[in-house]
This record gives sequence, structure tokens and C-alpha cells, in this order.
Amino acid sequence: MTDENVLSQNFEIAGGDFSNAGNISTKIKEILQEIGINSSIIIRVAIAAYEAEMNVVMYAHKGVITLNITPQQLQLKLVDEGPGIKDIELAMKEGYSTATDEMREMGFGAGMGLPNIKKNADQFKISSTVGKGTVLKIIFFLN
Amino acid sequence: MTLKEIKDLLEAEIICGDNCLEEEITFAGGSDLMSDVLAFSKPGILLLTGLSNVQSVKTANIIEAKAIVYVRGKKPDKEGIKIAKKKGIPILSTKYMMYKACGLLYSHGLPGVSNAQKL
Repeated sequence: MTDENVLSQNFEIAGGDFSNAGNISTKIKEILQEIGINSSIIIRVAIAAYEAEMNVVMYAHKGVITLNITPQQLQLKLVDEGPGIKDIELAMKEGYSTATDEMREMGFGAGMGLPNIKKNADQFKISSTVGKGTVLKIIFFLN
Repeated sequence: MTLKEIKDLLEAEIICGDNCLEEEITFAGGSDLMSDVLAFSKPGILLLTGLSNVQSVKTANIIEAKAIVYVRGKKPDKEGIKIAKKKGIPILSTKYMMYKACGLLYSHGLPGVSNAQKL
């Protein structure tokens, strides 16, 4: 953390907890509305956070989303403990999914999540270690 | 088209938000797949869906949908209604299936999300 930070907050996500899925991104959206972030940025952040949260709920054991805001940018960093992604290039392809029936019944698992996060972000970085987990850095410029 | 006109066209029941019937709806989209809704929606959309679990309401809030119409007579559960009320998202339920509900609205002049004016 630097002196520049205006806000930094961690949110824990439990893997497999479908009933609470979406609550953290809803909370993040509320925080951004309260501090007066531009509404066209809020919706992009909210969509990216929701997709990322759903990914943890669906695939990982647990994860943490860190919301970090400076005057210049808003960063969502997501670190999860889970199976990781073997082929990131494939996972970034629209329509590719390893979702189960349960996930599809929830309306998810169409293979749009990661590409949609990238589409909404100004910068997007993903790294993953099979058997350990995945890290996403999602950056939105505020100016 | 107002929400009231949509309610009448679809012979829909109001689940919550009966104070919002004069709200103007300018475009709509229909999907049971929240992944697609998240990928292709625009703020202000009228969301038609047959997915009535709580995730549909949470998704509607994230994408800033103006209202939700559940098709095939579906209704959200208590948790979904609670969130919709808190977030001020009106919910209607129609007995019509997705194809007919969308067709009725489209043929009466409500365009799809891809034709929506850029906001």
C-alpha cells in the first residue's frame, strides 16, 4: 500500500457457496456508488467483479478479492485457492467451459466469464498454477 | 413503452415495484443464461428470463436492469424479492413463454438490446 490509496478492502469468497454468490460484487458496487465513482465505470467493475466472484464460487475452494482505489485507478485483485487453470489461452476463449450441470442451472458456466472480465477492464492479467490457484489483476482507469 | 403497458401486453402479475409502472422502458433482452446477460446487456435493459433463482435478481442489479419479467409463470423466491425491493427493481411475472413474451413486446415497438441507443 502507498500513501496514495484512498481505499483498500479485502473480501473473502467461499467456494461452492452458491446461496451467497454475487453478494460481494453487490457490496463492491454499493461501495463504489457511495464514494461517487463514475457510473459508467461502476457497471464495468461490477460486471467484472461478479464474473470473478462466480468463478471462485464455481471452481475454487476459496478466494479473496481486494478492491484497491487510488486517484488514478481502481484495481480488483482476485487470488483463489483451487484447481488452477491448465490452459489459460483456452479458458480465455468465448464458449469454452468446464462447468457442471449445477453451475449451468444457476445460469452460469457458458464460457463467457474470463473473456467478459477482460472486455470490461482497461488492463487484465491472469496467472495460474495447476493445483494451487489463480490470480487475476483487473484494472480500470479512473481518468 | 411504460412498464404498465408491458404489464398489460403480457397480462403479467406484479411481484414488486407497483409504484414504478410509469417508468419508461426503451429496450429489452431475453435470456435464461446469466453469462450471456452479463456479456451483452446494457444499463436500463428490461430483462426477460425464465431463470427465477436469486442469481437472476443479483445479475439484474449488477447490470442495472430497469425491470425483470419472468416468463413461463415463474416467480423469484423470497430472497430474490427482498433484493429486488431493496434495489428498487420492479418484477413482473407472465404466463407466456419466452418466445411469445419477447415477440409481443417486439411487435409493439420495443427494440432489442442490440438496437438500443448508446448511453
